[in-house]
Amino acid sequence: MTSTKIESSSAAAPAPIGTGSRGTKVLGATALFFLVLAVAYGLFISPADSQLGNTVRIIYMHVPTVMAAYVAFLITALSSAMYLWKRTEFWDLLGSSGAEIGVLFFAVTIVDGALWGKVTWGVFWRWEPRLTTSAVLLIMYIGYLAVRAIPADPKTRATRCAIIGLVAVVNIPIVHKAVDWWRGLHQGKTVLGTIHPDMGGTQLFAMYSALIAGLLVCAWLFVHRFRAGFLAERASELGLDQALEERRLESSPAAPSSRGARDDLGGPQT
Amino acid sequence: MSALVHLRSAVALIGRFPALAGVDLDVYPGEILLLQGPNGAGKTTLLGVCAGLIGLTSGQAVVLGEDLTANPRAVRRRVGLLGHDSFLYQDLSVVENLDFWSRAAAATVQDGRAALERLGVSSRLFDLPVYSLSAGQRRRVSFAAMICRRPELWLLDEPHAGLDSSGRDLVDGLMAEASASGATVLFASHELDRAEHIAHRSVTISGGVIIADSPRATELGSEP
Amino acid sequence: MTKPRGMFDDALLMARKDLQLERRAKIGLGQVLPFAILVLLLFAFALDPDRGVLKQATPGLFWVTVLFSAVLTLQRSFGLESEDGILEALRLTGMSPAGIYLGKVTALTLELLLLEAVLAVGVAVLYDTHFIGIPLLLVIAFTATLGIAGAGAVYGALAARLRSRETLLPLLLLPLLAPVLIAATRGCEVSLQREAMSGWPWAALLGIFALVYLTLGSFLFRPLLEDA
Repeated sequence: MTSTKIESSSAAAPAPIGTGSRGTKVLGATALFFLVLAVAYGLFISPADSQLGNTVRIIYMHVPTVMAAYVAFLITALSSAMYLWKRTEFWDLLGSSGAEIGVLFFAVTIVDGALWGKVTWGVFWRWEPRLTTSAVLLIMYIGYLAVRAIPADPKTRATRCAIIGLVAVVNIPIVHKAVDWWRGLHQGKTVLGTIHPDMGGTQLFAMYSALIAGLLVCAWLFVHRFRAGFLAERASELGLDQALEERRLESSPAAPSSRGARDDLGGPQT
Repeated sequence: MSALVHLRSAVALIGRFPALAGVDLDVYPGEILLLQGPNGAGKTTLLGVCAGLIGLTSGQAVVLGEDLTANPRAVRRRVGLLGHDSFLYQDLSVVENLDFWSRAAAATVQDGRAALERLGVSSRLFDLPVYSLSAGQRRRVSFAAMICRRPELWLLDEPHAGLDSSGRDLVDGLMAEASASGATVLFASHELDRAEHIAHRSVTISGGVIIADSPRATELGSEP
Repeated sequence: MTKPRGMFDDALLMARKDLQLERRAKIGLGQVLPFAILVLLLFAFALDPDRGVLKQATPGLFWVTVLFSAVLTLQRSFGLESEDGILEALRLTGMSPAGIYLGKVTALTLELLLLEAVLAVGVAVLYDTHFIGIPLLLVIAFTATLGIAGAGAVYGALAARLRSRETLLPLLLLPLLAPVLIAATRGCEVSLQREAMSGWPWAALLGIFALVYLTLGSFLFRPLLEDA
């Protein structure tokens, strides 16, 4: 099983030494382009809001990061379900990459939400629905990462994380509902509430650029993180073949010669 | 004669450690097979693989006609495992444990009581919590919990350990009875003198592979 | 051999065994309950009964106490299953994992409900709470407890095999139970006539949470038992 993978990749191309490729360079360049657009329009070209002034510009960062976070967690959720069904490494790597990236974007969302709150309201934290929900979700997925970090064989680790991924994602709509009902009565001006339906012209353009930029950056991080995880798994598999050799050497020196399969990466010849 | 347990190039990982590094083993119906080897050789893992509890990373394992790589769960109800752990709830009494474990394995409460008697567990111990028993008494209760399921394949990890001499004789008797009634016994042991009297055959495992296999007794079969 | 067991037979067997264990070891009665009463006392020390804060916060404090007690109960319940090779033995029996799960959930729910009943008395005495709107209170308590047990059993089983289980279980479980805390507290506040709105939507939310996690848990328990 494992030796086939190594053989095929070494037959096809030299082993990769990094996670970059032509694809990621193109992806990264496109993301950068939209990022520049978003910054230009968001921070400079589009007009300030009539009521909130320049502080409204935070939504050009806040909305994309929260969207990217949800996309990442959705991918984790789907991958968790797929892993429990198909049991292939691909889904496990996809899911865990999603959880890491989701946590990153959620953390950014909370920080910029807090900064906006400080500038607008004078306080870093308000118990408004979006922030509260984000905090709960963030901690849930930090738990995912904590379990992921526990050393275990790949199958065990993947199963644990897939279970947490599913259990956590199913909770998201329930948390939303509960927090909305609870804090909805006390809702003041929230960050997302500042998106007027009649947002026009340059503001809309800035928003779309920012959204695309956010999703592209998310995708770019995804590809790199996935590949890094993939390479890490391959590296530990190489360790397995060596461990098998060392293990067999533990047998007593009187072992029959059929056991001395040192040039064979697979099992002994019988 | 076809093997009841058939392992080929079996590799099993515990964490990332290859406990079994390519095991070839055949166990024939009705035989009592001794598994010996130094500490850390892979005896416990081998028994776990045969029980369908530990999956193989590569290689083949067919036990009681079931292909364990495809479906390890199929064989579990038909084997009995006596391990290093007691497999008993310490806070429950002896009979509460046997009642639970016998019914969980689709046997009856009467099977459980009969097994306790067979293992020489005195009835005055029946209502005592398991943690208050001596290690040897606990071992007998664990053994009873195993035999009440009437397994076709007995997997015993050092069955004589912790028992007094009457207990050890009892274990030998049980293994002989099992073999006579058609069950197959695979037991790991360091007690080579005693084991060699009761076993039909012995294999030695070391470094995760089988390194020696004593000649088969002629009445049980021929070369593959 | 008798006929093979169905899922509900397995659940009943597990639940009986868990309740037998509790009856013998009396951990719930002897340790978790005193701990819960202690938490009520600590809240009183921290929030000063004379200032009316305690009375106002009673539903919230009650449910926070229940959550902490639930974590302890879960640690105990699944800690037992991960000692002495019990987990391997359970896998060997061929009992249905969903049955094992539902059995654990049943026993946990009963133990927690008993705890809540005693705590309710404690709250009535210590915080001078008057109970009105009993039907709503009972429905909320039942659905919330089912949800806590259902979700808790999944994470309890997962964490039981990890060496850092004491810190991991609360970290995993408590954020998951955040909506239960919110809904149960708000629902109880309504029931004690401290809020103007209806409390039944909260009960419905709790019911959905319980249903979702009981279903998910039943499906997830096989991979949990085998591979996690």
